[in-house]
Amino acid sequence: MKFQHILIDEPGRREFLLGNEAVVRGALEAGLDFASTYPGTPSSEIGNTLFYIAKKAGIYFEFSTNEKVAMEVSAAAAASGLRALVFFKHVGLNVAADAFMSTAYIGTNGGLVILTADDPSMHSSQNEQDNRYYAQIANMPMIEPSSAQEMKDFIKEAFEISESLKLPVLFRTTTRVNHVRGIVEYGEMMEKRGKGYFKKDPNRYVPIPSNSRRMHGELLKKIEKAREMANNSPLNVVEWNDGDIGIITSGVAYNYVYDVVNELGIRVNILKLGFTHPFPDKLVKDFISKHKRIIISEELEPYLEKETRLVAQMHGIDVEIYGKLNGYFPRAYEYNPDVIKDALEKILGIKIERNTYETKDIELPARPPVLCPGCPHRATYYAAMMALKQLKIKDAIITSDIGCYTLGIQKPYEMADYLLCMGSSIGTAVGFSKATEQKVIGFVGDSTFFHASIPGLIDAYHNNANLVYVILDNRTTAMTGHQPHPGLPMDGMGNKAPYVDIEKLVRGIGIDFVKTVDPYDVKETIRVFKEAIQHKGISVIIAKRECALLWDARRRRQGEWWVYEINQDKCTQCGLCSDWLACVAIYKKVDEDGKERVYINDALCDGCGVCATICPFNAIEKKVMK
Amino acid sequence: MRSVNIIFAGVGGQGVLTASSIVGKAALLSDMNVVMSEVHGMAQRGGVVVTEMKIGNAKSPLIGLGEADIIVGFEPVEAYRVLHKAHRDAYVIVNTEPIVPITASLGDSEYPDVGELLKNMQGLKVLPLEATEIARRAGGSIATNIVMLGALSKIPIFPIKRETIEEAIRQTISPRFHDMNLKAFDMGYKAIEI
Repeated sequence: MKFQHILIDEPGRREFLLGNEAVVRGALEAGLDFASTYPGTPSSEIGNTLFYIAKKAGIYFEFSTNEKVAMEVSAAAAASGLRALVFFKHVGLNVAADAFMSTAYIGTNGGLVILTADDPSMHSSQNEQDNRYYAQIANMPMIEPSSAQEMKDFIKEAFEISESLKLPVLFRTTTRVNHVRGIVEYGEMMEKRGKGYFKKDPNRYVPIPSNSRRMHGELLKKIEKAREMANNSPLNVVEWNDGDIGIITSGVAYNYVYDVVNELGIRVNILKLGFTHPFPDKLVKDFISKHKRIIISEELEPYLEKETRLVAQMHGIDVEIYGKLNGYFPRAYEYNPDVIKDALEKILGIKIERNTYETKDIELPARPPVLCPGCPHRATYYAAMMALKQLKIKDAIITSDIGCYTLGIQKPYEMADYLLCMGSSIGTAVGFSKATEQKVIGFVGDSTFFHASIPGLIDAYHNNANLVYVILDNRTTAMTGHQPHPGLPMDGMGNKAPYVDIEKLVRGIGIDFVKTVDPYDVKETIRVFKEAIQHKGISVIIAKRECALLWDARRRRQGEWWVYEINQDKCTQCGLCSDWLACVAIYKKVDEDGKERVYINDALCDGCGVCATICPFNAIEKKVMK
Repeated sequence: MRSVNIIFAGVGGQGVLTASSIVGKAALLSDMNVVMSEVHGMAQRGGVVVTEMKIGNAKSPLIGLGEADIIVGFEPVEAYRVLHKAHRDAYVIVNTEPIVPITASLGDSEYPDVGELLKNMQGLKVLPLEATEIARRAGGSIATNIVMLGALSKIPIFPIKRETIEEAIRQTISPRFHDMNLKAFDMGYKAIEI
């Protein structure tokens, strides 16, 4: 079984862990009883780890239908006195925000930690919002770890802070902390509580206006108590090295500062903040008073910087502050050692030698992320594209959604014209269908459908929208690493679970045109697309076929493997497979005779055979591998 | 003491993450500090995959321009793409077998000549290697990543012993595939002339 090393009760043991694995270890050491999430990168591996170990560790864990539900589920567990962890990516907190705000007012009994995984540089996200501001809006204490070891150590501290203040704590991580691997030393495991007990107290837990007015006052008192904790927290430390330059930093930015000043031998004092909201004003006041120049290094928004400037202003401290607001550091994208070097050059007026190899400028072919070989979405998009071509529709509006299938935006499919957020494919499709005369087709994945599309689909039905809605049911939450969802007969701990039948659910709304197709049956899928597009009113297509990666893994395990190859004697080089199906395993090569031919890369081909079914010349043949 | 900085670059599906994790685990077995960053997310196969690793006294999970000591390029274009992070004396292992991206197949870009690419790496310590072909001979192209590790282990400035990498391979890969992978490792090791 995977991840069993996370469970080993051996203080002092060292493991090479991903930040997201280390945080699970830390939560276990803190006596975690309960956890919930909706998968989202860069937080996903936390859930994947819990999936494998929760049962053995005696923890309740679920992949909730969406982040709001996850927030609610864990809030109730913590109200019952358990230690609960809810986690999701940064934009997941937008979904959970309504519940999140109320948990601050209501407070908690058992420790409640809300982990947000922000994604500077948007490696796999639609924006790079800085969720530290959520701590300010909600009045919640906030912790920012900077390494795998701190992911483990600080989450324990977060649970302690939460319980001592009876307030939830926001645990703010970023991609390069979630997805860093480092050596992590284990600590002692705490006892778990197991089952909780909810002591009824409606005045405390029901924020009707008469209660919430009182709650807000109490919350403001708690947050001042939290400020004292931040001022004295062991998570906020100064590394004294002498000199009159001070650097204030938090999160992953600290690591870049550390490596750069070490490498260059620059003498600076570093105030490394791990408990960043409420802002440790006294600590910062003391630190900046001792320096002539203060450099603030933090990714994304100038949160530390604004708070530091406030402290300087309020206490009349005469110090030069260098940050984003005066242009020394960028406000967009993740940091790296060069961002720190560039800023130090400007601030200190020095020139840093870089022994960089100068590459000759060659135009390199782009290699954007693509749908995998065998991906059933490719076959679905091919069918949709062909149906639209055959019906001579050129301006259909394609609303897309969040998942691997957003990659349908690429040529030749160009199956994404508008996207806002999780579940937006259907609401926006309704809007376009009402606002224009154009054909509207929405695409959504199975997990995203459950997450946030059902209210939109009810809206479409109730308001008589004219659109085609395609549910790409690949039997998993693929993009985030194959987590189960409500449509599958398995829950977040690997137990057998009742599942929701998507077709029945859609019919239950009252929609009549609902067809389930196998996208590998390309001919039939094209036929159904044409019928749906010509149908007046709402039509739903469920394109059902397991994610190719799961299918591949199963066949690899069973030792059954085959690929397809092109019989060059039959191939006319028509380009249907290479240019229109555009599978990533199919490529063109100029042979020694100077002629260009289409080939299949046997290292990438997964044997789905969709190219063979569409080949008009039967030139693509199966080849079984030993 | 400066850390040894390594970049692993390739294409999703080539086992870049597995290979770099094996090195990280071997660093742990050798009682060395190691920090490594990896990117997970959208589309697992066919896209660019890069991991950056520092072995020694370092905290930053990313490597700056001119800071990389070794580049392990699983694919010629991907090796070239990260070359700006190399310093002037860096080692570059290049698997010479291209994986042509879809943009080139569709005619939106052109895949450069591999010989030309290698020529343009002049000045660096370039170690071309037919890693995918060697892996096929060892039992399957899936072991390309382990062939690359074999070659990496031969580089003089690489701080981890060959035996420790082999141990980390045994600890990471299912026992059924040990023989094939250890053979691939040995073939990669021997294929490099330093």
